[in-house]
Amino acid sequence: MTESPATKPADGDVCQRVKNGLNLEKNGVLKSLHRCHEQQPKHHCQPEEEEVHAASHHDSQYNRPFLESFEETPMLVAVLTYMGYGILTIFGYLRDFLRHWKIERCHIAREKEEQRDFVPLYQDFENFYTRNLYMRIRDNWNRPICSVPGAKVDLMERTSRDYNWTFEYTGRVVLDVINLGSYNYLGFAENTGPCADSAAEITMKYGVGVASTRQEIGNLDRHEELEKLVAKFLGVESAMVFGMGFATNSMNIPALTGKGCLILSDELNHASLVLGARLSGSTIRVFKHNNMQSLEKLLRDAIVHGQPRTHRPWKKILIVVEGIYSMEGSIVRLPEVIDLKKRYRAYLYLDEAHSIGALGSRGRGVVDYFGLDPCDVDVLMGTFTKSFGAAGGYIAGKWELIEYLRSHSHSAVYATSMSPPVVEQIITSMKCIMGEDGTTIGCDRVRKLAENTVYFRRRLREMGFIIYGNEDSPVVPMMLYMPAKIGAFGREMLKRNIGVVVVGFPATPIIESRARFCISAAHTKEMLDRALSVISEVGDLLQLKYSRRRIQPSLSLPCDDIVFEDIDD
Amino acid sequence: MPPPPFHPACKMNFKNLLEYLAWLYYQYLLITGIYVLEPWEKSIFNSVLFSAIAMVIYTSYVFVPIHVRLALEFFSGIFGGQPESTMALMN
Ligand SMILES: Cc1ncc(COP(=O)(O)O)c(C=O)c1O
Repeated sequence: MTESPATKPADGDVCQRVKNGLNLEKNGVLKSLHRCHEQQPKHHCQPEEEEVHAASHHDSQYNRPFLESFEETPMLVAVLTYMGYGILTIFGYLRDFLRHWKIERCHIAREKEEQRDFVPLYQDFENFYTRNLYMRIRDNWNRPICSVPGAKVDLMERTSRDYNWTFEYTGRVVLDVINLGSYNYLGFAENTGPCADSAAEITMKYGVGVASTRQEIGNLDRHEELEKLVAKFLGVESAMVFGMGFATNSMNIPALTGKGCLILSDELNHASLVLGARLSGSTIRVFKHNNMQSLEKLLRDAIVHGQPRTHRPWKKILIVVEGIYSMEGSIVRLPEVIDLKKRYRAYLYLDEAHSIGALGSRGRGVVDYFGLDPCDVDVLMGTFTKSFGAAGGYIAGKWELIEYLRSHSHSAVYATSMSPPVVEQIITSMKCIMGEDGTTIGCDRVRKLAENTVYFRRRLREMGFIIYGNEDSPVVPMMLYMPAKIGAFGREMLKRNIGVVVVGFPATPIIESRARFCISAAHTKEMLDRALSVISEVGDLLQLKYSRRRIQPSLSLPCDDIVFEDIDD
Repeated sequence: MPPPPFHPACKMNFKNLLEYLAWLYYQYLLITGIYVLEPWEKSIFNSVLFSAIAMVIYTSYVFVPIHVRLALEFFSGIFGGQPESTMALMN
């Protein structure tokens, strides 16, 4: 599945390295081919495993090397992974058979007797997967915690006597688990310090909420202050905040586009963006992940052909991308996207949920990271859930845009306003990042996060793990592939007092299960070192060091000429 | 028995053979995916797999020699009947 004619050894002494985003299932065969002349010329050239998105011919647009790698799945591992799923599926069918004939008890929701002849509710693949694969390793998810989810976290110990169908709490607490799973990029998830204090103070003064919408009687001075602060933080004219990040996306995109509009969406966009795009009723076309050739082709087609059948021009074309993709750890190629958007006169919607605060020298997200002008992005969206340790989302941009949204967005009209303590947490942490509190804590945290990220990624790569994504992204996905290893990795790590997030289908393609580490500024060097040594130990135990890439000092050097080919059609 | 030096297991240090075998069994569990199964399912899988392997070994032990002998006879029937002169020609 992960092999294609394009990855087969090239003939002669020219070693072609295929560089594309993810595996071919997702990315098709549209890719750029980099020819490398310097690699062992006589030797029969092996399919080169490493795929690096070097900042190719657009070098000039990037102020620092844009290194993004998605090492290809080793063939043997892919085969074994499919075999593992095959075996588990067979046992799944066996168990379903037993349940059907009432030989064993069914613990999960199913149709009632009276509903027997109705359209089946629980028969699709995802239900099968939940019942027969996910339930077996369910102890790795939804672990209850009983402390602030900072750099360390306390877990409530639980056991299961019926193989994860039910859990019992033993009453013991697993103390000081190193937390590599929270989106706590800047370490603002704290229960002490200035943020917590001011939030407590505001709670005493304002209470916890007014149970009304912003348009009715829920509008507080703190909300207005926050909006001004967000606009200032991002360097745009105006901003607007919402109580929930997910709703910010899914309710505002429908306000921006409608019938006769075209949405060009990255294939790995978050569910909230997908939902928003679908609710809007516009035509949606999906381009390959972070693939600018694919985006350009769609844009060009959209402009040349217009709407289907009528061939009228599209009313609006909206490009929807994210700053950091939370499952791949990749960073959007924003300079190129902005270039395309300007050239084809499209609009750009940028979701900075993970990147705001976490990227850029000043913590202003991807725009800052690439040193671009925030006014080039038409709609800046982000959430306060990650870096700011709060909840909610914002939309920022031109004054006209925000005024329009204030009266047209469903989440502005119908949703209750943000709770004042949450607002206060955001204000305090944002001021801290901006340095307005008179300290350098914010700056230090942004720098510390960048350092931690580079260090953690480099060490993992040196150990021989397959790591996805951009060098500078604090989301670090490490490939596990095999279904049993998802469960084993989470359990073995917890046994050694490290909490990690493991991800499998449906959040990732079925064979690309992974562990996702989220680096935080709150992690000290000792914690990271301890975590790394444990990861290495577990990696040896479970044989996770799949990488066949030599550690090269420089990744972008060997490529002297670069050919972009469109082999799509 | 320590694992050979180039083996992936060389990064693990085992105290004794038993530990090494346990590790190998663990790898087997992980790769086949039966790590996540309940014990009775594991034993079903293991018994099916091992009986299949045993049958393959047994059949090959019983039948392969016969087939090899038949094949040899067949081919020697074809080539053995050639007159000497062809060989001479080829030389
Ligand atoms: C890209 C993206 N957008 C939006 C959201 C939703 O944000 P929230 O969790 O604040 O609702 C998330 C959260 O996971 C996200 O990753």
